[in-house]
Amino acid sequence: MTLRVKDLKVYYQTLRGDVHALDGVSFDLADGEIMGLAGESGCGKSTLSKSLIRLDSRMRHVGGTVELDGENVPIADDEAMVPLRYHEISLIPQYAMSALNPTRKIGRMINELLRSRGVRPGDVADELRRRLELVGLDPEVLDRFPIELSGGMKQRVVMVISTLLNPSLLIADEVTSALDVSTQRSVAESLVEFRDREYVRSMVFVTHDISLVYQMADTIMVMYAGRVAEKAPARAVIEDPRHPYTRMLVSALPEVGSTVSGGRLEGIPGTPPGLLNPPQGCRFRDRCPMAFDRCAEQPPLVEIEPGHWAACWKTGE
Amino acid sequence: MWRYIGRKLVIYLLTFVIAVTINWMIPRFMPGDPVRSMLSRASVSDPQALERMNAYYNEVFGFDTPLHQQYLSFWGGLLRGDLGVSIMLYPEPVTDVIMRSVPYTLAVLLPAILISWVVGNRFGAFAARSKVLDNTILPVGYVLTATPYMWLALLLAWALGVVAGVFPVAGGYSYALRPEFSWVFVSDLISHWFLPFLSMFVVALGGWAIGMRNMIIYELEADYSNYLQALGAPRRLIRRYAFRNAMLPQITGLAVQLGTIIAGALLTEIVFNYPGLGTLILDSLNNRDFFLLQGIFLFVVVGVLIANFVIDIVYVLIDPRTRVQMTGGAA
Repeated sequence: MTLRVKDLKVYYQTLRGDVHALDGVSFDLADGEIMGLAGESGCGKSTLSKSLIRLDSRMRHVGGTVELDGENVPIADDEAMVPLRYHEISLIPQYAMSALNPTRKIGRMINELLRSRGVRPGDVADELRRRLELVGLDPEVLDRFPIELSGGMKQRVVMVISTLLNPSLLIADEVTSALDVSTQRSVAESLVEFRDREYVRSMVFVTHDISLVYQMADTIMVMYAGRVAEKAPARAVIEDPRHPYTRMLVSALPEVGSTVSGGRLEGIPGTPPGLLNPPQGCRFRDRCPMAFDRCAEQPPLVEIEPGHWAACWKTGE
Repeated sequence: MWRYIGRKLVIYLLTFVIAVTINWMIPRFMPGDPVRSMLSRASVSDPQALERMNAYYNEVFGFDTPLHQQYLSFWGGLLRGDLGVSIMLYPEPVTDVIMRSVPYTLAVLLPAILISWVVGNRFGAFAARSKVLDNTILPVGYVLTATPYMWLALLLAWALGVVAGVFPVAGGYSYALRPEFSWVFVSDLISHWFLPFLSMFVVALGGWAIGMRNMIIYELEADYSNYLQALGAPRRLIRRYAFRNAMLPQITGLAVQLGTIIAGALLTEIVFNYPGLGTLILDSLNNRDFFLLQGIFLFVVVGVLIANFVIDIVYVLIDPRTRVQMTGGAA
């Protein structure tokens, strides 16, 4: 078991009170697993991915634990997290296009970063070149400034930098959002290849694009309003979703090969609840067509089939 | 690179021509006849002699020729390095009068600009990382930048000169001394230099510190800083990157501010009656000495243009982004 998150609660502190962005999230991530993390904006997926590597100043760890390879991850302690960062847990940020210092040549920046993390640049220089070639970049990009690279090239450089020390866990936060469709595909394929070559042990791939994550991920976790709605193998989420939210989300996707005659795609009416004072019980209740009395009580996340978890009172039906 | 420098040179040359033209026009369209006011000081009572003297001086200064010819001969003289003869200090050439004042102005200006820029940037970067400093000393910085140069100069002259009596409040050196290379004279020179320098330095300091503090905070919030933090890079490395990147706008700021700072230096000199270009401007204005006034303005304009040109070149050398754009790399 690579990663085990138990009942994780992370709140944002605001002047009006705490925003319950993560409210009791639990899941496991196996060795070699690529987990797609999906959900609409504000569901807590970015908060979750940040919590695993670095809380920003407004975020507060309220409860729950994170374990990586059997060791506790002290996510609330910024100092204690430093040794883990990059070596064990690494990040490909949402803003990969602007993640490189604009006034340093890329190679020099990498060397300075490595040295500051106690790695001799010479020890990984060959590996760095090999990996740049693997993602289709000429190693001479190391002698260039970031401005001389296209957006897609910068994205790939960041992918290589982030995975250079073979971390246990890689968090890829919306890495494909700013790319065109064909580049999205090649980035996704490179990430799968990185896993296959064991550059990274396991990966959390945050996205709001379920169809993309379906093509590359082993499992998909769907979040709603700061909680896990469903986690299952990718195929099961698309073909046999159990949680009403997942069902509606999946039915809102165009099907491969379908024609216009298939009728209009339906969205999900309503909006997610505010997380400043979240409602009691199931948070999807107000938008759920199947809601009944018992939904006033929070449904637990239960394993309905091996590897298929869902949090809904009606999953049995 | 050379194309860029060439393009810049053309722009600066054009600015120079326009500045010279305006410079030539302004004194000529100012009310008052300089020759007449000079003659009235000589208090010649004989109207015939007055008429003859008037004609003589008009010829000497070239006022009897049509305007366009005055303009052309002005350019001709300029290219030969001849700025004419001062009216106020007749018959001394304008160039000599200016050259006598320039060392004083530069002695105040250069250290004030450079030291305040370096110290202000260091200090601002330092304040950005400390909450206490940020809350106590930066408001002082805001007050300082908002202070008019001559007001601060007056305040300093009053406090350190009149009340405390530590520094002299007027002149470039004591009238009791002759210029010579001796310890007494040099120390006297320095004590006269100190207050004008200090008032320039203090006003400029606040502005640089505030600018740098804001830039550092902005850079520390930038995406590349966040990425490095997520990868566990130490603060030292992130700070170093932020400082370097925050310096770039400060260099542009220096170029932009230069004109204002020089104007401030001129005012400060007037307050301390310091024998630099500022005091000379005031004197030549009072005496309707166009040639001198023209010469000083020209000198200031050329100085600002050269300084800006140097900063342009420096900027290209230190910011890879402008360099890349010029060599035509892929953006």
